[in-house]
Order: sequence, then structure tokens, then C-alpha cells
Amino acid sequence: MRPPRPALCKNAEHMERVHVAMRVNGEPVEVSFAPYKSLLEVLREDLNLTGTKHGCELGECGACAVLKDGRPILSCLLLAVECEGADIVTVEGLADDARLHPLQEAFADCGAAQCGYCTPGFLVTAKALLDEKPEATRAEIASSLAGNLCRCTGYIQIFEAVERAAKEIARR
Amino acid sequence: MRVIGKPRRRVDGRAKVLGQTQFADDLSFPRMLHCKLLRSRHPHARLRRVDVQRALAAPGVHAVLTGADFPIRYGILPVSEDEEPLCSDKVRMVGDPIAAVIARTEDEAQAALDRIEVDYELLQTIADPFDALANPEPRIHDYGDHGNVHKAVALEFGDVDAALAGADHVFEDCFFYQGNTHLPIEQHAAVALVDPQGKLCLYSSTQTPHYVHRALAKTLDMPPQKIRVVATPNGGGFGGKSDPFNHEIVVAKAAMITGRPVKICLTREEVFYCHRGRHPVLMRLKTAVRNDGSIVAMDLETLLDGGAYGSYGVASTFYTGALQTVTYKVPRYRFRGCRTFTNKPACGPKRGHGTPQPRFGQEIQLDKIAVALGRDPADLRLQQIIEPHSVTANWMRVETVGLRQCIGRVVDGSGWRDKWQKLPPGRGVGLACSAYLTGAGLPIYWNDLPQSGVQLMLDRSGLVTLFCGATEIGQGSDDVLAAIVAEVLGVDPHDIRLVTGDTDLTPVDLGSYSSRVTLMAGNAAIQAAERAKQMLMRAVSAKLGIPPERVTFAGGRVFDAEQPEQGVEFCDAVALAESETGTIGTTGSYRPPVSPAKYKGGGVGPSPAYSYSAAVVEVDVDPATGWIDVRTVWIAHDIGRALNPILARGQVEGSVYMALGEALMEEQRMRRLPERLSNAVVHKFPSMLEYKSPTTLEMPEVVTYFIEDPEANGPFGAKEVGQGPLLPVMPAVANAVFDAVGVRVDEVPITPEKILRALKANDLRSGPERFPAIDWPEPLKVPPPWEGGDGRATNEKPRKSRVAASGVRLGPEVAHK
Repeated sequence: MRPPRPALCKNAEHMERVHVAMRVNGEPVEVSFAPYKSLLEVLREDLNLTGTKHGCELGECGACAVLKDGRPILSCLLLAVECEGADIVTVEGLADDARLHPLQEAFADCGAAQCGYCTPGFLVTAKALLDEKPEATRAEIASSLAGNLCRCTGYIQIFEAVERAAKEIARR
Repeated sequence: MRVIGKPRRRVDGRAKVLGQTQFADDLSFPRMLHCKLLRSRHPHARLRRVDVQRALAAPGVHAVLTGADFPIRYGILPVSEDEEPLCSDKVRMVGDPIAAVIARTEDEAQAALDRIEVDYELLQTIADPFDALANPEPRIHDYGDHGNVHKAVALEFGDVDAALAGADHVFEDCFFYQGNTHLPIEQHAAVALVDPQGKLCLYSSTQTPHYVHRALAKTLDMPPQKIRVVATPNGGGFGGKSDPFNHEIVVAKAAMITGRPVKICLTREEVFYCHRGRHPVLMRLKTAVRNDGSIVAMDLETLLDGGAYGSYGVASTFYTGALQTVTYKVPRYRFRGCRTFTNKPACGPKRGHGTPQPRFGQEIQLDKIAVALGRDPADLRLQQIIEPHSVTANWMRVETVGLRQCIGRVVDGSGWRDKWQKLPPGRGVGLACSAYLTGAGLPIYWNDLPQSGVQLMLDRSGLVTLFCGATEIGQGSDDVLAAIVAEVLGVDPHDIRLVTGDTDLTPVDLGSYSSRVTLMAGNAAIQAAERAKQMLMRAVSAKLGIPPERVTFAGGRVFDAEQPEQGVEFCDAVALAESETGTIGTTGSYRPPVSPAKYKGGGVGPSPAYSYSAAVVEVDVDPATGWIDVRTVWIAHDIGRALNPILARGQVEGSVYMALGEALMEEQRMRRLPERLSNAVVHKFPSMLEYKSPTTLEMPEVVTYFIEDPEANGPFGAKEVGQGPLLPVMPAVANAVFDAVGVRVDEVPITPEKILRALKANDLRSGPERFPAIDWPEPLKVPPPWEGGDGRATNEKPRKSRVAASGVRLGPEVAHK
């Protein structure tokens, strides 16, 4: 998944690893890794949280979005070493124990996940939106999700799922 | 119906929203190694020397493979097995793989690539079809029709020249359809390992595990039963994962050499070079019509830029002509198509495979005919819709046709009659129609075997397990299979265990391409489920003392239709049957009906059923900037029956989305590097940022209508929905732009620059001016059904039997079925 790296990374073997403590999906995590690794790589390769996807490694597609301190960020563009003390939420952390998050229920019910590859990025981005704006309009939903590409759905069922989840959250 | 036709959560929906769906790159195994490919920097060159010694000595490197390790070629079509897992003596495009490094980490593999020395002898680059026609030498391949022409075909159904000469009007236009790519969000990935039994196992994001299985057996020279291919759920396919790929074969070999799991995941740039996407096609279309606009003959020429390899290209070439006849009545038809090799990423099948390009031309030309003859474009089409249950000029058998209703719905829904030629300047509407296959009538390699197989296992716990080679690429193939079995057996689709896309465990299904899965795997599933139902029915009728026909399956129970309280739980019904007949397992299989097209080339185009679509698009075009704003798309699709309306609508909206990308912005374009850097032909923008695709902000309102007229050949009446709805959208956009500002853009993408340029030009048109002179072969002459034909060409040499030629040995029980 990794694009070619500059020459300085060729001696990864000898490079000192960094040690970072953060919260991931509500739990304290400590992890050591080569300092050039992105948060995406640390999540997938060092913490085995493969729910977060990669599509471009360049911050173009949104598949790698996670929440950092409640804000959606592109984990492929963020060095994990910058996450000391951060609170990270990935798709694996959305459900409340065994109960799916309303966004997850709605995405599954409304056809918002076809192949499901972009879905984790959409889910966390939509969660950040609804946390901030529980009554987001269709235009606000489209605008907040404009950095996430989906090749399957044409986005409409995703909009509908976010709207349905917003209603369900309000009802709870 | 309790399941079929009801909007439902798909059976794999929960896993997808939890991030638990395991895509190929999500797999990892202990001791796993990583593979990186050294790719050619030159578009056309001989390989004088490939020296890997320094790479072998690099830190962490376990193996380095080159073309010498792979003596056997492969390719998806038996007629064009022109690919090498690693190039041995020649490279044919930038990105062609030359060597593979297998190392402990991806970084180490990548670093070792720099230590491989390649000595290239540069050859002249064949950059486009004009280059290919003008330069028979140097040949990119040493096979094909001649020079750099891969395939040139010519078919004529009735005397077209006579019809053109005697017609009231003849319209002639050139169109160009730019190539574009699938852009699945998941990059191709594969992991190979040798399993505890000693078998080679490949997990891959492939749409066609059966064909990958065959390619591995061939290239690795191994018995297929020693190889297992598992198609992981694809993170989007759209046709881009339908070929066997060099990286799959390389990691398979690497796993056997190293004895360790080996993974490869392509970068986004590599995915752009893998491509196999939409062929760029230049077209000339002549249509002869009567004064009322009825077609009397059509004459189509297509020139395809095939790229560096055959891929599906021979089929793609035929597809640029095969389905022009199944929408409207076309009494006489001539089609000539030519695919050229060029030193660029190979083109292949993308959603709609070969049909969007000529459909774009035909539907724009019909709009021009309507305007010229003063007819409403909707009426012009309505007056000549093909008859249901008829055979076309090129011998395609058409079954149900819902096009009339499709046009009616979008015309009414959009307010077409009050809008066309009546909206204020800068706003316009356009209409177009289309048709598509529900599964290709013939398999990739000739054989008489089932194209889809399903096995069911019923356990006394009440569990139903379904085994089928069908591949889940996001379209919902698992859900279709579960829904069908659940409907027949009266159980909850979410209770069915699905085992799919695994060549070790599941009966063959040819794969997720040509919109075939719902119809073919679905019919196989019905057969298997009906056989299981019969077994349970007998046992329960004996237990209840009622005739079998009164035994009903619903709601997880098996009961007496006349006294519903008399019955047993489904699990008890299975137990009763099990005690009567032993362990319960059934099979089902499907083969499409035999096509009446007997001429060479008639194997491309036949299908058990065709779907129909119509679209009206409304746009705003700013004459000052050329900017196009698509306001609304009304689309009606003749689906036969929507098995799960949520998924069906998702396919339509997804098709409209992808179509708008093709219509307005997407381009797989190449450019030359500057002379000082090698002058190589490279991808113009191999990144997701610069390869423009529609975002949430570009997506207009879409109004979807389903026409549900059950098709006898489809499972519960269903026809395809995954590809057809893409086809009418591009020409409808072009026709709407004309209605808005009077500019004809006869090519995609339809960009603001082209509109502005045309507005300033005299003829208000943007598009290709000419079609090159091509030395066409003498057409095969096949009289249409109404001119006394029998589906054969009158001037064709006798051919060998297809099955005999295939080398597939068949038992008599199969051959005579």
C-alpha cells in the first residue's frame, strides 16, 4: 500500500523507533514504530485495526478518515508520531459495545454501503458532522462528505442514511 | 413473496458498517513477506539485460523473480494469451512488470528495486490508433491480424449499401468516446501462501476467481486441484478486476519458492497502469431513415485504442457493434470494428463493456435526426422500439422489452413535453435510451459446462449453507443468492450461511462480469433450493398426512396451507427429511439458452435477457464559461423484477453517478514526457486528485423508476441492473447541452472548454472531423431473419466445432444434456 519512500527511509532497520501513547477507541494504547509511519499504517499494521482503509496514500480519497480528538482527519497524511496523547476513533470504535451506532444501522439499512470499502471513512466523517450539527441539512451533509470518494453508490443513499441516523439520534 | 421484492438490509451489510469485511489487504499471516514490482520506464523496448544480483544481496530480500521464471504466457481470452507475469524479452508499456522483489517488509522490497539494473533497447512508440495504422512496424505483438492491428472484424446483415442509396435521408456523424478507468477505491491486492495441506492458495481482490484459477494452473504448470483461489470481497470492481493479473501470478510463484505467505498491494499509480478500462473509440455512424425518422439501415465503423495487451479486447471490439440492434428496429446493419495495439495500459471491460461508446453516438445521432425532421426525440424512439420476443438483424434473440414504459415514465416524470425546446436559453433537457445484456451467452473459453453452479447443505439445526463461486464485488451477489434461497425455503435470508467465490469450496460460477450473476447464479440457486424443498415437502407431507402440494414454506415453518397451525419448524422439517433420505444436499446449475446467431462473431452479444433504460437529463449551461450544472436525472430501468429494491436503486444511482463522471470529466489520458526525460508515453494524471471523478457536490438529484415486467428467463423475473442504467446518461447529457445552448459535443468528456470553443466556432460543434481509411476485411454476410437467413454467414468457411476446439473433455452425460 505504500508509495515509494525517499532515500532516508531505506535504513529503517537502523532507525530508532518512537514510542507513542494515545487513546484508540476509548482505550489507552502504547505503541512503538519507525518514526516515518503514518497513523494509517500504525493503525492497520501495528494495532491490527484494519477497518480503516487506504485508497490513494495521498489524502485524496477519504477512505482512511478517522477521528482525532473528535475531528475527522486523513490518517494517511498524519504522522503517527504526532498523535501523542491524542484521542483516536476508528470505525471499530463506533459501536456502543454490541449496539451499532445509529449511523452504522442506517448505512446498513439504506444501501449506503455497497462494496463497503469507503464506508469506514464516511461513517467517522458523518459522525463528526452529526456530533457538531445534529440537524444537518442535505447540503451540509454533502459538503462535509465532499472529501470522501465513493465509486459505488452515487452518494444519494449515503445522504439518506445520514439523515435517517440523525433522526434516530434525536429520538434517543 | 416474503423476501423477493421487499426492501431489506443486505446480508453482508452488518460486516461492512463494522469495518469487519476482510478485503485482500486486510489479510495478514505469520511470517508474511511483501512483494514489489519493478516496472518499465519505457513504453516500448527490448530488454537486453536484467541484472538482479545486487537486489538479491539487499537487506531483507528473500527472492527476486524475473521473466525467466515464467516461461508460459496467459491472457483472459484464449485467442489473445499475450501477457507474461514478468516481461522476459520486451516491454510494451510504461508500467510493464520486469522483476519482482520479495522481502521482509514493503520498504525493503521497494529499496531493493533500485538495485536492479535493466538495459533497454528502445523501440519506436506506437502512441495511438493512427500511429498503429500508419506503422505496421515495429509490431507490439507478433500475433494479431496484421501490423499493429490486433483485430479487425466486419459483419453485414442485409445489403446496407443498397438501403443507404435508396433512403429518404442518410445521416453521417463521427464521434469520439474518450477512455476512462474504473477507479475502485480499493487498490488491487493479493496474498498467496502454501496451505497446511501443501496446496497453493491465493486470496485476491478479483471479480473472476475461476479464470484466475485457470491462469495460475496454466502459467505455473500445476494441476488445478492443487491450487485454491479465494476471491476476497472486492472494494469495487466495475470490470477492473476481471482479468487475471501479473501480480497475482507473481506472488503465487513467490509463495511456493519461499515457502512463506507473500502479499502485494498495488499503489494507486500502479492501479492506473493496470487499467483494463474503457477503450477510447472513434466512430463513424451512418444511419438511413425514412421521412418519419424510422431507421432503414445502420452502418457503423469503430476504431479502438486497445493499449498494450489483448485483455478482453476481441470481445470489446465485437461489443462496440453487437448491441446496436437490440433497442430499435434496425432492418439492415453493417458493423466494422478495428482494435489496435498501442504502447499504453491495456483497455478491457468497464461497466457497459464496449457498448457505451456506440450507444453515445447512436443516441446523439437520433437526437440530430429528430431535430432535422422536426420530430420529438421521444416520439421518434417510441415509434420504432424493437418487438418483444423477436430476433434482431444480427440474430440476437430479444425477450421482454420494457423500453416503451421506460420512455413513458421519464417523459412524464421530467415534464419533457413542456421542457424540450421550451426552456429559457442556458437550460435544456436531453433524452436517450439503451439496452444491455443480462449475462453473456457464452463463457470466455468455449465449453458446454454450466456457467453457474450452486450447492446447498441443509443441517438438522435448521441452518442452510449455500456454496457458489459467485463473487461479491459490492453489487450484492451474496444478498441475491440468500434472498432467492430464503424465498423458496421460507427462511430468513440473514440466517443463511454463504460460502462464495472460493475455487476449493464452491461450484464454478464464471464471475462477476457481464451482469450475469443475478440471472445465472440466481437460476442455479432456485434449482438447488427447489430440489431441497421437494425433499422436505415429501417428508413433511408424510408426517402431516397431507398431499405434498399443500405443504407450504414460510416464516421459518413448514406447514399445511389449509391449516397453517398444522406444521413443523423448518429445522424439524430438515430433520424429518434427513431421517428419510439421509444427509440433505442439493445442487443447481445454469446454462443460457442456445443463441440463433451461428456466424463467427455471433458469440458476442447473445444473452438470456436484455434490460432497457431511458433517461432524461436537465442541465444548466453557462454560455459565458461553458460550465455545465446537471440539475436532475430521471431514469427508468426495465429490471424485470427488483429482488431487493434498495440494492437495485443503488445500482441505478451508482450507474448514473459513474456515467456523469464519464460524460463530464473522467479521462484516462496519456502524455509524452519531455524529450530530455525519455519522451515516454505516461499517464497524464495517475492520482485520484487529478483524475477527476464526481464528489458529493457534483451529484445531482436522481429520480429512479423501475419497470417490473417479469422476464421468464430471469430468477423471479429479474433482469440485470448493474450496467444498463449507465448507458443512456452520457448521450442524454450531450443532448441536453444541445437543447440548452445549441452546441453539439460529439465526444466525451463534455467539458466547458469544448462548449466555449464550439460557441465561438461557426458550426457550434465539438468532435472528431474524420474517420481514417481502414483496410477492412470483406464482411461476413449474414442475411437477417426477415431476408431468409438461418443465422449463418453465406460466405463463411466451415468452422471446427467449438467444444472440440476448446480442449475441454466432457463426459457424455454432460455433452448430451
